[in-house]
Amino acid sequence: MDWSALILSLQLAGCTVAVLIPLGILAARPLAWRRFTGKGLIEALIALPLVLPPTVLGYYLLVALGGNSPLGEIYEKLVGRPLVFTFEGLLLASIVFNVPFGIQPIQRAFEAIRPAVREAAWCSGMSTWRTFWRVELPLAWPGLVSAAVLTFAHTLGEFGVVLMVGGNIPGETKTIAIAIYDRVQAFDTDAAGLMSGVLLGLSFLAIGSVYILANRRPAPHA
Amino acid sequence: MRDLPSGAALSIRVAQDAPIPLDARIECAAGELLALVGPSGSGKTTILRCIAGLVHPSDGRIVCGGETWLDTSRNLYLPPQRRTVGIVFQDYALFPHMTAIENVMAAMSHVPAAMRVKRAQELLALVHLSGLEDRRPAQLSGGQQQRVALARALARDPNVLLLDEPFSAVDQVTRRRLQRELALLRRAIRVPIILVTHDLEEAALLADRMCILHHGRTLQTAPPAELLARPASPLVARLLDLRNVFDGRIERHAPETGTTWITWQGHMLETPYRPELGEGTSVSWMIPAASVVLHRRDRPSRGERENPVAGTVVEMFALGETATVLIRVDGTDDAVLSLSVPTHVARRNGLDIGIPVRVSLLKDAIHLMPQS
Repeated sequence: MDWSALILSLQLAGCTVAVLIPLGILAARPLAWRRFTGKGLIEALIALPLVLPPTVLGYYLLVALGGNSPLGEIYEKLVGRPLVFTFEGLLLASIVFNVPFGIQPIQRAFEAIRPAVREAAWCSGMSTWRTFWRVELPLAWPGLVSAAVLTFAHTLGEFGVVLMVGGNIPGETKTIAIAIYDRVQAFDTDAAGLMSGVLLGLSFLAIGSVYILANRRPAPHA
Repeated sequence: MRDLPSGAALSIRVAQDAPIPLDARIECAAGELLALVGPSGSGKTTILRCIAGLVHPSDGRIVCGGETWLDTSRNLYLPPQRRTVGIVFQDYALFPHMTAIENVMAAMSHVPAAMRVKRAQELLALVHLSGLEDRRPAQLSGGQQQRVALARALARDPNVLLLDEPFSAVDQVTRRRLQRELALLRRAIRVPIILVTHDLEEAALLADRMCILHHGRTLQTAPPAELLARPASPLVARLLDLRNVFDGRIERHAPETGTTWITWQGHMLETPYRPELGEGTSVSWMIPAASVVLHRRDRPSRGERENPVAGTVVEMFALGETATVLIRVDGTDDAVLSLSVPTHVARRNGLDIGIPVRVSLLKDAIHLMPQS
């Protein structure tokens, strides 16, 4: 059992959720409530990682983040180390491939809030900010939890993108999914089986909690 | 119990071409209930939303309680949060995750925190919801939800109360009860109340004055009885679903008898003196069904000499105590007069389809309208 790989995976998943969910809220509100030109295109781009083979996404991320790319160059100048094959690069890639999981459930949750309910909040004297905290967030809460759990679970299980962008550096980019592959290659089926079991359990726990939450949620409108 | 909200009058002028055309002027005094009525799409709700600050008209001025909320000429536009309006939305728009009392308290940011619970309880008691404070909207009936919405609107201590079709989502029995409650409650509220409804009966029942809207234009504002008896134009009469509206021509004025004579399809009718309508001009005229008097066959009746016309009964139906009788008037191009008579009178006079009858059109009830 490769504990450092599991811990790294959990760290990566936690950091991805911490960064992506606030971004998801920011992006989901206008997508849910506003109409603007190019909205369909943006929604398509958000959904794209769902259908793109991870290796394709990983390849483009590798090219975009590599030392020869403007982004990679700037990062290396500022931080002093490259973006690819590091935890930071992996986090960035993880955020990109989780975009649909982090935004779509939140967007659906905001869409389910009737416009009149927000208007009623404004007419009750609540500021936009207070309306967000007192009305929008509590009503969108299940969507936020779904987004967080799906992002977390999806990060734990991601293999292709991680391998392309992060490689297989123990303690830095070797996640549990990579470690399982690594153990199978070394004919260490006991370790691979144990880690697979742990991943299966975690994933089931995560997905199960989303569904249990969805079923317990009271009807959004009376 | 603290005083219910009090405030001064509301004055609105809004105009725009798009997306929904508007050209409306409305005044509503403190304590007055003004009903905005009109068909679907006439702009009733849009005007309400302009007052609340949810719609920003391209041109307009809204003053409430001495405070200017909107003045496009000065680029002044107060957001909804800074307009003290209480609004009951058509489907109530309660906060589904909050209990009844939390919904009411959510509109009390201006009340010191220590007093909110007590004040919210008072308001829920006022709308007959004591004991249901901790229920969520989903656990309340439609009528109870409407009451929570009303309590929340009052919790803001508003300078104007806006009601957007507040009775449309409940059953008939509940509607009657809620209407009665509003009629009682409004005595205690000294702010302008604007009621949006497409139900003419409801408007006539509850409102001090009714304002008729058509394609965003305010056509006429008057007390219900006056509006029903004296619509300003044939269009208003049509929007009010008034019967017995016909076209005629001013024949001559007789100031000495206070009479204006009109011709109507070969008949000469005497009507109240209206010298401002020039001789020879085309007019529309109207008479309420209750002022078309049936002549008794056996003996002379009241007003028999007033505008007598003869005709044949073409349709008759009794709704409870009152029968509506439609008569095709002789000598006209199939003009049909509608009159209401007590069912027993219809029976005693042997009224039936095909029977010839004579009626009088009472002069003072005839209302002339200039044609636009």
